[in-house]
Amino acid sequence: MASTMRLEIVTPEGTAFSADVELVTIPTIDGQIGVLPHHVDLMTCMIPGEMLMRRGGHDQFIAVGAGLVEVTGTQVSIATDMAVAAANIDEAKAEEARQRATMRLREKLSSEEIASINASIARSLAQLRVKKRHRV
Amino acid sequence: MQSASTLRHRIRSISNTALITKAMQMVAASKMRRAQEAALAGRPFVRLIYRIQRATSKRLGDYAHPLLEVRQVRKRAVILVSTDKGLCGALNANLFRLVSQFDPETTLFIAVGRKAAQFIARTQHQLAAEFTYSETPRFTEASAIGAFATDLFLRREVDAVHVIAMRFVDTLTQQPLCLEYLPIGQIKAVEMGWAQIETEVSALNAYCLFEPSREVVLDFFLSRYPKLYMYQVLLNAKASEHSARMVSMKNATESAETLIGDLTLEYNKLRQGNITKELLEIAGGQAS
Repeated sequence: MASTMRLEIVTPEGTAFSADVELVTIPTIDGQIGVLPHHVDLMTCMIPGEMLMRRGGHDQFIAVGAGLVEVTGTQVSIATDMAVAAANIDEAKAEEARQRATMRLREKLSSEEIASINASIARSLAQLRVKKRHRV
Repeated sequence: MQSASTLRHRIRSISNTALITKAMQMVAASKMRRAQEAALAGRPFVRLIYRIQRATSKRLGDYAHPLLEVRQVRKRAVILVSTDKGLCGALNANLFRLVSQFDPETTLFIAVGRKAAQFIARTQHQLAAEFTYSETPRFTEASAIGAFATDLFLRREVDAVHVIAMRFVDTLTQQPLCLEYLPIGQIKAVEMGWAQIETEVSALNAYCLFEPSREVVLDFFLSRYPKLYMYQVLLNAKASEHSARMVSMKNATESAETLIGDLTLEYNKLRQGNITKELLEIAGGQAS
């Protein structure tokens, strides 16, 4: 039995994932990083993209949004605005959300709104990319 | 003694009021469910970002972020989060009671919700800005409020920012609170297992890697923190509002129904009395 650590992904809508995992890879500003149990304490920023978690030898993929990652030797806590398992991604919905956001971007908007729309486009794109890579 | 027609009139008007309060109760009940779910679902997230906030503060070292700077408080701002509409019991009155602890001379108010704005105007406190938020609070609304308060703080126009808002406990209980908002630090005003977080945090290693750098991670987090915080405040305020309205409308409907019952009884007695009187008159007329 491989050693494990607790992975917790929390979004404003609730706790999205809470499980014991053997490995996670996280898309950070500096690129993809892999975290194993007993990792040195680390704090970093996550960007929208694809996360992998290995649980009982099986790999599972999750589309994530921007957020903050806190790693201690026994726990990985992630606060983010989105976390959707690859199997649960609704491609049509994500595509529609992306198009809607792109349309909205053509209107006259405040910088605050533009930032929030760009964030939502990034989230949709992350979902679409994860879905395309793992046809399930 | 009221006449039969006034009684009838009153019964009819009270039934109409009861219909309205009943309808409002139904509307509030359905909105309440959604608002409560949103507020409760946000709790784990609040706990985590608060924990991260405490952990990063501990590991700051010599890095001083402007949002963490504790200054001598000469002037402060208070964000007062109320409802837009009334008819929600003593909710706003309880909230506004907390305002009196601040010196009106040195306190700027930021009103969120129409009732707060009216209250500030009526009591002639200093109003810095007025915001609104919609039925289902949106993150952009919270972030506008957060950005305004942060800006005041960073421009050194105020040295501390507080939030006065309702915390949603359950349908029957809402707790008016005055929370520490800026500078970002320990929240002592509300007990939400914070003590446990402090224990968790004190067990952490002082050494921690920041990638790409401490400055980037802290800026990323601290610039978002006030907005996320405000968003949760709004969700709680909405859940409290709908709960309070549901309960007070339910009470109103119930007391209207009791009143209708009492009046109907009185009306029937009166009617009966009249009939008896008429019968007696007729009988008297025949006898003579």
